[in-house]
Amino acid sequence: MLSYITRRVALMLVTLAAVSITTFFIIGLPPGDYVSTLQAQAESRGEEIDQQRLAQLRERYGLDQPFIAQYGKWMSNILVRGDFGESFAWNKPVSSLIWDKVGLSFFLSVSTLLFVWAVAFPIGVFSAVRQYSAGDYVATFFGFVGMAVPEFMLALVFMYIGMRYFGQDVGGLFSREYMDAVWNFGKVLDLLSHLWLPILIIGMSGTAGTIRITRANLLDELHKPYVVTARAKGLPEWKLLLKYPVRMSLSPFFSTVGWLLPGLISGETIISIVLSLPTTGPLLFGAVLSQDMYLVGSFILILSTLTVIGTLLSDLALAWWDPRIRHRYEGG
Amino acid sequence: MATGETILRVKGLKTHIFLEDGVVRAVDGADLEIRRGETLAVVGESGCGKSMMARSILRLVDRPAQIVDGEIWVRRPPGKGGNSDGAAEMVDLVRADRRVVREVRGKRIAMVFQEPMTSLSPMHTIGDQIAEVILLHEQVTKQAARRRTIELLGRVGIPAPKVRVDSYPFQLSGGMLQRAMIAMALSCNPELLIADEPTTALDVTTQAQILQLLRTLQKEYGMAVMLITHDLGVAAQMADQVAVMYLGVVVERGDIVSTFRSPLHPYTQALLRSVPKLGLSAGARLAPVRGMVPHPYQRPSGCPFHTRCDSFMAGKCDLTVPELLRQDDGREVRCLLYDGTAGAGAVAPGAEGRNA
Repeated sequence: MLSYITRRVALMLVTLAAVSITTFFIIGLPPGDYVSTLQAQAESRGEEIDQQRLAQLRERYGLDQPFIAQYGKWMSNILVRGDFGESFAWNKPVSSLIWDKVGLSFFLSVSTLLFVWAVAFPIGVFSAVRQYSAGDYVATFFGFVGMAVPEFMLALVFMYIGMRYFGQDVGGLFSREYMDAVWNFGKVLDLLSHLWLPILIIGMSGTAGTIRITRANLLDELHKPYVVTARAKGLPEWKLLLKYPVRMSLSPFFSTVGWLLPGLISGETIISIVLSLPTTGPLLFGAVLSQDMYLVGSFILILSTLTVIGTLLSDLALAWWDPRIRHRYEGG
Repeated sequence: MATGETILRVKGLKTHIFLEDGVVRAVDGADLEIRRGETLAVVGESGCGKSMMARSILRLVDRPAQIVDGEIWVRRPPGKGGNSDGAAEMVDLVRADRRVVREVRGKRIAMVFQEPMTSLSPMHTIGDQIAEVILLHEQVTKQAARRRTIELLGRVGIPAPKVRVDSYPFQLSGGMLQRAMIAMALSCNPELLIADEPTTALDVTTQAQILQLLRTLQKEYGMAVMLITHDLGVAAQMADQVAVMYLGVVVERGDIVSTFRSPLHPYTQALLRSVPKLGLSAGARLAPVRGMVPHPYQRPSGCPFHTRCDSFMAGKCDLTVPELLRQDDGREVRCLLYDGTAGAGAVAPGAEGRNA
C-alpha cells in the first residue's frame, strides 16, 4: 500500500509540472500582455501613458523576458518561498487574494455537498426500491427537470421572485450592514439566512443527477444473486438493502468524491457572478479577462494540485470502502 | 425412512411471470411433499420451472414474478419468544405474514444457489455473511457466532478455517465458495436444505466432492434435502424420491428406484431414454426428447406435454388437463394413460420399444 502511494505521489508531481508549464504557456498565447491591456484601458479613457512607464512596468514584472525565464522565476518563487507572485490588477500578492475568498467558497461547497447527499441518497434509494411507483415517477420527473434547467436561470428566477414579491435582495451572502463588519454572532446568522438560497440553487442539478445515479446504480444491484441469498437468510428487507446492494451501489461515489476538492476552490463561477457571491469563482473570471497572468496561473496550478490530490484521496477512499480494490493494491 | 413426518407440502403452487408481452406460467400447479430426512430430486429440462418453484417455496420470487395461487405448508418456526416447539403445527407460507416467512428462511429451510461466485457479497467476508445468519436466528454473542462459523467452515472441508473466515469471496475458488454457501445454509440446523443446481457452475471433480459433502452432512444433521437438478445421474445417485417437472407442473412423483426403473409418464420415459450410456457404439445416435420445449407464451392446451408425446391421444390429451393420479404402489403420475376412465384400449406403460 505504501509503495503504491509513493508511486502515485511521484506521478502526481510529474503531472503537476506538465500542467503548470502548459497553463503558463497558454496564458502567454493571446497577443499582448497585462501592460497592453492597461494601455488599451487608458486609451479608451482618452488618456495617454508614456512609453517609458510601460517599459518600466514590463521590466518590473519580467514581461520582457523569454517564456522559460518567466516560468522559471515564477515556479522557483512558489517552491522556495510559497510566493505565487503579484496580481497586476489588484496590486496585491496572489496568495492573499485567493485565501481571502477560499473560506467562503469552501463553506458554500461543503454545505451544498451535504445538502445534495442528504436529499439525493434517500430519494434515489427509494426510487430504485419502488421502481415504477408513483413516488419513483415524481422523483424521476423532478430529477430530469433539475438536471435540465441551467442553474443561472434558476438563480435569476429566484432573484426576481425575491425582489418582486418579498422585496428582498437575495444576492450576496451578507446584508449590507454586515458586509464589512468583523465576524460576530449576528454576522453568522446573517450568513446562514442568505446561504440557503445559493445552496439550493447550486445543489439543484447535483441533487437531480445524484438521484438518477443512485437509482441506476442500485437498480443494477437489487436483483443480483447475493441479494437473494441475503433474503433467503431471513434478513428484514430494509436491513439487507442497506447492508448489501446499497453498500455496493455506493462504490462509484467514492471514485468521484475526490473531484469535489477542486470544486471547493473553483467556486461555482456563473452562479456566484449572478448572485454576486464573494467566492473565488468571479475572481478567477475577472483575472482571465484582464490577462492577470500570475493570478490565473496560480489559480490553475492550485486547482490542478487539488484535482490530483483529490483523485488520489478518491482512490484511497475507494480502497477503504471496497475490499476488491484494496486487495488489488496490496496484491501488487 | 419413508414414514417420517412431513416437513414441506406444496399444493397447486402457481408462480406466474407478468411480462409486457404476456404472462409466463413458470410454475403452474406444482405439488410436492418432503418428509424428514429424505432427499427429493426435482428434475426436468431447463426452463421447466424447477428453480422458480424452489424460490417460490421461500417466497423469494421478485417482481415481475408472483405467486398467484397454491399453498406451501411448513412447520411453524419456534419463535424467538420461546413458546415451546409445539408439536408439528403447520403454517402456509403463501398466506403467512412476512415475519413468519423470515423466521422460516435460514432457520427451518435454508437454500444453496447455483452460482456461488455471485451468490455471496464481494464486499463482506464469508465469515461475516455466515455469522449473520446465526446472529439473526439465535440469541448468541458475536464471539460465539464466529466460533461456530469457524467450526462450520471446518466441517464443510475448508482448509485453515480460522484464516478463511476472514477471506472475501473473490479470494476463494468456486468449489470453496460453494462449501462456504453450504456452511451458511447449515448454520442454524435447518430441517430442509434446498439446493438449486448446486454443482452446475463447478467443474466435474469439484461437483463430485460437493455432492459427497452434501450426502455426508445430510446424514450428520438429519435434514431433508431438495435437490434441483437437470442431471438424472446426480438425481439417481443422491435421492430417495424424485419429482419430474415439465412446464411448471410435476408430471410424475415417486421413489427414485421404481421411477427410474419403470417410468410411468411418457415424458419421464423420454428423459431417461435421452441419457447417454457408456458402451454405446460410437455411431449410435442419442435419443433426445422429441421436439422443443414450447414457447412460454404458447402453452399447449390440455396436457402440456401432448405436443411432444409419443403416446398422444388426439381428442383427449389436447383437451383434458390430467389430474395427479395415485398408483397402487404410492407413486403419482399426471397422465391420461392412467386415467381409469380413459378407455382400456390405450396402451399402458412400459411400452419402451414404441419409439425404436
